[in-house]
Amino acid sequence: MTATQDPARTTEEGPDRPAFTYIGKDRRRVEDPRLLVGRGGYIADMKLPGMLHAAILRSPVPHARIASIDVSAALEIPGVVAVFTGEDVKAHMDPCMNFGPATITQYPIAVDKVRYVGEAVAAVVAENRYIAEDGVDAIVVEYEELPVVSDPRAALEPDAPVLHEEHGSNLGYERTFEFGDITAALESADLVVEDELHWGRSAGMPMETTGAIARPGHNGVLEIYCNSLNFSYLQFLLAAALRIPSNKLKMQPVPAGGSFGSKFTAHKVPTLAGFLALRTGRPVCYLEDRLDHLMNSDHHGSDRYYKVRMGFTKDGLITGLDVDVVDDYGAYMQFGVGTHGNALSQAVGPYRFRDLRYRLRAAVTNKCQQGAYRGFGSEVHNWVLERLVEQGAAKLGIAPEEIRKRNFVLPEEFPYKIPGGNVYDSGNYPGVLEKALSMIDLEHWRKEKERLRREENRYIGIGIATTQERSVFSSTEFWFWFDEPPFPITSSPESATITIDPTGAFQLLLHCQAMWGNSPETVATTILAEEFGIEPESVNVSYADTSRALPGTGPGGSRFTVMVAGAVRGAARKLKKKLIDIAAHTLEVAPEDLELVAARVQVRGAPERSLGLPELAASAYFFALNLPPGMQSGLEESYTYDHPYTTLPSPDRSDLGVFYPIMGHACHIAVMEVDPDTGMTKFLDYVAVHDAGTVVNPKSLGGHVTGGAAQGLGSTLYEELAYDADGQFRSSTFLDYLVPTANEVPPFRIGHVETPSPYTEYGIKGGGEGGRMVTPSAVSAAIDDALREYGMHVRELPIKPADIVATVQAARAKG
Amino acid sequence: MTTTENPAATDTRTITLRVNGREITRTVSTRTTLADFLRDDLDLVSVHLGCEHGVCGCCTVLLDGQSVRSCLMLAVQARGHEVETVESLSADQTNLHPIQEAFAEEHALQCGFCTPAMVLRCKEIIADGRTRTDEEVRREISGILCRCTGYQNIVNAVQNASRRCASTGQEA
Ligand code: FES
Ligand code: FES
Repeated sequence: MTATQDPARTTEEGPDRPAFTYIGKDRRRVEDPRLLVGRGGYIADMKLPGMLHAAILRSPVPHARIASIDVSAALEIPGVVAVFTGEDVKAHMDPCMNFGPATITQYPIAVDKVRYVGEAVAAVVAENRYIAEDGVDAIVVEYEELPVVSDPRAALEPDAPVLHEEHGSNLGYERTFEFGDITAALESADLVVEDELHWGRSAGMPMETTGAIARPGHNGVLEIYCNSLNFSYLQFLLAAALRIPSNKLKMQPVPAGGSFGSKFTAHKVPTLAGFLALRTGRPVCYLEDRLDHLMNSDHHGSDRYYKVRMGFTKDGLITGLDVDVVDDYGAYMQFGVGTHGNALSQAVGPYRFRDLRYRLRAAVTNKCQQGAYRGFGSEVHNWVLERLVEQGAAKLGIAPEEIRKRNFVLPEEFPYKIPGGNVYDSGNYPGVLEKALSMIDLEHWRKEKERLRREENRYIGIGIATTQERSVFSSTEFWFWFDEPPFPITSSPESATITIDPTGAFQLLLHCQAMWGNSPETVATTILAEEFGIEPESVNVSYADTSRALPGTGPGGSRFTVMVAGAVRGAARKLKKKLIDIAAHTLEVAPEDLELVAARVQVRGAPERSLGLPELAASAYFFALNLPPGMQSGLEESYTYDHPYTTLPSPDRSDLGVFYPIMGHACHIAVMEVDPDTGMTKFLDYVAVHDAGTVVNPKSLGGHVTGGAAQGLGSTLYEELAYDADGQFRSSTFLDYLVPTANEVPPFRIGHVETPSPYTEYGIKGGGEGGRMVTPSAVSAAIDDALREYGMHVRELPIKPADIVATVQAARAKG
Repeated sequence: MTTTENPAATDTRTITLRVNGREITRTVSTRTTLADFLRDDLDLVSVHLGCEHGVCGCCTVLLDGQSVRSCLMLAVQARGHEVETVESLSADQTNLHPIQEAFAEEHALQCGFCTPAMVLRCKEIIADGRTRTDEEVRREISGILCRCTGYQNIVNAVQNASRRCASTGQEA
């Protein structure tokens, strides 16, 4: 199938767009009251009778053979129940779920060898966490240290020490995609900008770590409560690792204190808790502490070294992009290279060029594994693109906003198929830029910049970035990399079940992870309110466990608002039909003559003839003889909403298909001051405009933009999961890993533009990854602009004050 | 190392302190942190542990009216003192304290993990009834990390709460 088979369009766009009652209004979140009184229901708040606690001994060395482990002293400690090592997991379980090469396997406790600082070596299970930690201290391990691979480029050299003997090398994966003719595109260019860039490792780093409680339950069912993992989507893989039938593993979603990618598919913690519960026959709680999370989370973020080239005509039109990237995946490749599929979904950004080459090499090194972080690798590509556009503009003497205008895909060109095959559904890139420019007086700041430099010797920089914000992933992005993928999955559904109880009150059951700090309950109840004319706060929301759950994929890739809205609306349509059929039978009118308005079913044009939900519910539950013939009792409907628009890649991969078509867009403008002598930076103004289609709740979308921008700022200026050349981890506490505080994060001024998607219910697009898609580009550009006279050019994140000072001093030394 | 005879693991003390206005007497292991004591012994699970090494501030409680990191204190050190957790403002989801209301109105929370700490810190700083600039508020809340909000709405909530408490004359 080739890509632009256009699916049915919804009616939510254009002038006929219906007016909404609840959608689009600033509303308080329904999740908030419980959180404000400190009853978030997090995993650490849960206590089961007889529950034990686990603590983990972690490797202090990056690469070693485990010669011996002596656990005898630990077992003597009163209150220590058991100690488990790699020998135990090897004997009693299969490797963890794995979306990377089959020859790179992983267990929740290292088997035979440790491959990074922080890898689990032994688990101590005890009556409480204090005693478990005593047990950890009492274990004696002998390591035979091996040579270390720290630099991913060195890891690919032929003589590099190999981490996984079975795999044979440290090249986890390699592929080059070429769309169009990049050689010709660069040869025909008037200017080719070349660069080498490094995006350093940061991570979602939520304030709550990952945790799980596992309990051997009735009927041989293992129950796992956890705040991570995509529940019904991947539960069966966890069961397989634990060697139990999937119907004997019941997973219960537990709300999380933030994820930002860090809990997406995060399986190491629940797998380990499950294993420990099975082995001890008791409920076991394993909560990562912050040190565990920093050095051993499932999801350190992207760590990429780029060699890139971009061609321009003398008028500033981009002719093509050539990307050669080595990505440092760390010691395991649990999540495959989907983060680069993400980059390819918006490989050309909002720009029109047609020629693209993308070469990826995934390197395996002695570091913690890489996974998901807000943007899932597309934010990195955004930064690379914008770095190049910025340089092109500077070299050609074109203003940054002007070069973008010249290259934008225009509103009339949608749906627009990009090189590689993904489709952008809709957009108004010039409109978003105009909106941002209208919120900030660029001319004023440009004059101020000159004046302050001249009169006060201060250095002001202005940075503009215009980037894509793809939303609603399709699972093809995880496997189109392979010519013969083992499991070419094409589903990524979301489900909802609406129940109206016998009194007319609403229950809403979601089939995904519980709240992660996003607003699933606010979004879903807003949709329900829109459909039934009830108050969102009156709905009770719960989350299905996997023994009951319908297909669901959960938050990730800014998909949830779009997908849950589709699921709730689908279920609402079915339930409304049933209500109308009951009312039609009772009122003896044709169903077509009835409508549902403000929680009543009424005759069109004669609203005094109506039935309220309590009356209809009573009929549905208690008066079967009053129902239309053949109708079943009860008022419950479920709906599974599939991805609204996805197509298969072509067999030769000359076209990757449509896999991320619901395309948001954003423009950020940062005005910063940089001190050339200290390298310190300060924001003077910051404007962020996002287009996420129809906005469900401006306030909560604004929250995502702001929170995402703060994280983008962290990745740009402060946060680094640093390893030294010997593979030692240097960021194992919050004193080393610098999460921005309120002092570092500026007030962002937020604007929204709404270009509804033609393919989703209500025209919603995802916006959950927010500002992190854009901020690194805007801030990098502003810093370059401030110190242009010193040749400042940001090539590596995070940008450290020392690097700024070194650049300035070197330039001054040259005179 | 022999830890079988570890006095730290077995030593206990009986302490009396006030928690959220109530006098409490308990026997605790001397090495138990104040945070774990509040969470595990008194079920005050609003005290959240984000790092357990004194940086994130999620475990903030008020000790004699001043914010402290309860992960860095032992329970025995709180003997004879007055401890407040967010439950002291309101533990009733349907009847929130004005500061909690301000946080909801300004969308000053997303995952809620830093929220009890931020609410308590807000109570502490607005108690003087002074008008503050946003810049000052930022400095004053900068000891607590929030990973979700980007802080601006928390700053707005502190200002909102300060107005509410001033206008109702309610003591923060
Ligand atoms: S948990 Fe106490 S400061 Fe982080
Ligand atoms: S609301 Fe999530 S950490 Fe502040």
